[in-house]
Amino acid sequence: MRFTSTDRYIASRDLEVAVNAAVTLQRPLLVKGEPGTGKTVLAQEVAQALGHRLIEWHVKSTTKAQQGLYEYDAVSRLRDGQLGDPRVHDIANYIVRGKLWDAFESDEPVVVLIDEVDKADIEFPNDLLLELDRMQFFVYETRQTVTAARRPVVIITSNNEKELPDAFLRRCFFHYIRFPDRDTMERIVQTHYPDIRQDLAREALNVFFKVREVPGLKKKPATSELLDWLKLLMVEDLPAEALRSRETHTVIPPLHGALLKNEQDVHLFERLAFLSRRGG
Amino acid sequence: MFAPFILALRQAAIPASITEYLALLGAMQAGVAEYSVEDFYYLARAALVKDERYLDRFDRVFGVYFRALEAPEGPAPQELPAEWLRKLAEKLLTPEEMAQVQALGGFEKLMETLRQRLAEQKGRHQGGSKWIGTGGTSPFGAYGYNPEGVRIGQEESRHRRAVKVWDKREFRDLDDDAELGSRTLKLALRRLRRFARQGAATELDLPDTVRSTANNAGHLDLKLVPERHNAVKVLLLLDIGGSMDEHVRECQELFSAARSEFKHLEYYYFHNCPYERLWRSNRRRSDTELPTAQVLRTYGPDYKLIFVGDASMSPYEITHPGGSVEHWNAEAGSVWLQRLTGHYRRSAWLNPLEGRRWEHSMSVNMLRHLMEGRMFPMTLAGIEAMTRDLVR
Repeated sequence: MRFTSTDRYIASRDLEVAVNAAVTLQRPLLVKGEPGTGKTVLAQEVAQALGHRLIEWHVKSTTKAQQGLYEYDAVSRLRDGQLGDPRVHDIANYIVRGKLWDAFESDEPVVVLIDEVDKADIEFPNDLLLELDRMQFFVYETRQTVTAARRPVVIITSNNEKELPDAFLRRCFFHYIRFPDRDTMERIVQTHYPDIRQDLAREALNVFFKVREVPGLKKKPATSELLDWLKLLMVEDLPAEALRSRETHTVIPPLHGALLKNEQDVHLFERLAFLSRRGG
Repeated sequence: MFAPFILALRQAAIPASITEYLALLGAMQAGVAEYSVEDFYYLARAALVKDERYLDRFDRVFGVYFRALEAPEGPAPQELPAEWLRKLAEKLLTPEEMAQVQALGGFEKLMETLRQRLAEQKGRHQGGSKWIGTGGTSPFGAYGYNPEGVRIGQEESRHRRAVKVWDKREFRDLDDDAELGSRTLKLALRRLRRFARQGAATELDLPDTVRSTANNAGHLDLKLVPERHNAVKVLLLLDIGGSMDEHVRECQELFSAARSEFKHLEYYYFHNCPYERLWRSNRRRSDTELPTAQVLRTYGPDYKLIFVGDASMSPYEITHPGGSVEHWNAEAGSVWLQRLTGHYRRSAWLNPLEGRRWEHSMSVNMLRHLMEGRMFPMTLAGIEAMTRDLVR
């Protein structure tokens, strides 16, 4: 079973090769790229393409590696002990399974998404080295080893907020999602909104790429912002001329709230619009 | 099979290891890249490169290795105006002509001459055998032939099979010697963060709770610890005015990036070299001036001191009393600098000037000496080196 572009997700050839290499060799795939270029969606699409179930583990700044394996709920055992609950004699009652345990012991093949691994503590990836390498871990409380019956496909995304340790990187395949060029973007728009009016899509892409070229933007709009914006444009049913005619006297695109997520960026655009009005 | 390729990568400072090499071979064996050069390129990239900073370097080595052209080490191709290199007339040489083309001898000689030519040449050039341009037999330029040729901005190799993807060098912006955006800067500065527990106790300390509950004969005794805070304090001294004018934008970016990163960030301005007075706002300089001694008293030695400046000035401004270009300073700049670096346990100097230009400036060398070598270029790699040094 090979991963290719679907009718909902356009994958470039290099991404296909990287995913297939990771799936074939059963190694984790690390995906990086600008925010909004479809890193998280990739895992859903891979799961869909392979026909596997998807287990998502969203990492936060407070997430510990151990939480992905299991947690020992000491407080409720303590409470049960004080209340004289008979459950207290079996420690296994207080072991709470994590996402990776679920993935390892799943009957069907699964895809595991470890989302935004860089959000967690700097030691987080190091704590998962052996678990991801051998796909097994040891539960100290019950003296039991959990081993993956079949190795899950692991997809890890990172936003580059922290550098990942070398030992971790060495075990992964790596792919950097580049920002799509105009042709790819047209295909992406087509797959998401097949019935969008051609003239509107063309003008919207013109405006979008122009916005991305404005120097000094804090957050350049990416694919997900473009798709949101197009949806708004379609709902409002704006004529394509609205986009084109706007460009001549002002550079602020209509419904810019979907594209510009930062008030400094909006100010920048207002300033540019003011200058161009004065100049023209 | 590709062992020399791995060695070439390692020589280009891409950290590819045996594990990754084996992974590549495994994937080849499993037939992930089936007889397509492009797929092989993608596969090798996914298996061997683990950081987008190295992608550009990988493309260069891959291009060179699978084309067996120039040596991989050597400066990156110069950026020339695209207009010079427009492919107007591709001159196809006969083998006799090729034999006639003279090699200039030695790679270094070649680069040396290239530098001279670049300096001499003003306009676009095409044909001929000396100037840089297109379609000629000079060793420099694109689409021509010379056995020791240096290719400049050529889109594809003409004399070998066209190798497309890695020649585009799409990842050039991600190479870590590249200039900084404020976002990348923020990332580098994050290294400076050091967490410490301070303030009100708001988090449950489970191990301590269990321990003290056990001590308490089984009655629950909750223990709390303070939340983690970023405890790094930074004192930023920014050079402003004069030779720094062209770097002001970069410095503002550094400043805006740094501001959100630390709990305590104090900043002051100086001109060229710190003397007895610093100021808080460059626009209202006279209102906000403070004696440097007061700054030293206010901010304790646990602050990390970062100078940002190009360190380009007359040497007298550092060595002599009265050397300042603006006022009469009773004590030399070096005295004040040593006072500052002596007071703060950790200090560094960040220089927006390119590292290779430092050697040519006397004042940069003097300040570097005064900072005991802790002067770093204002690139991503430089800032990382600086923050590593500061938190050590």
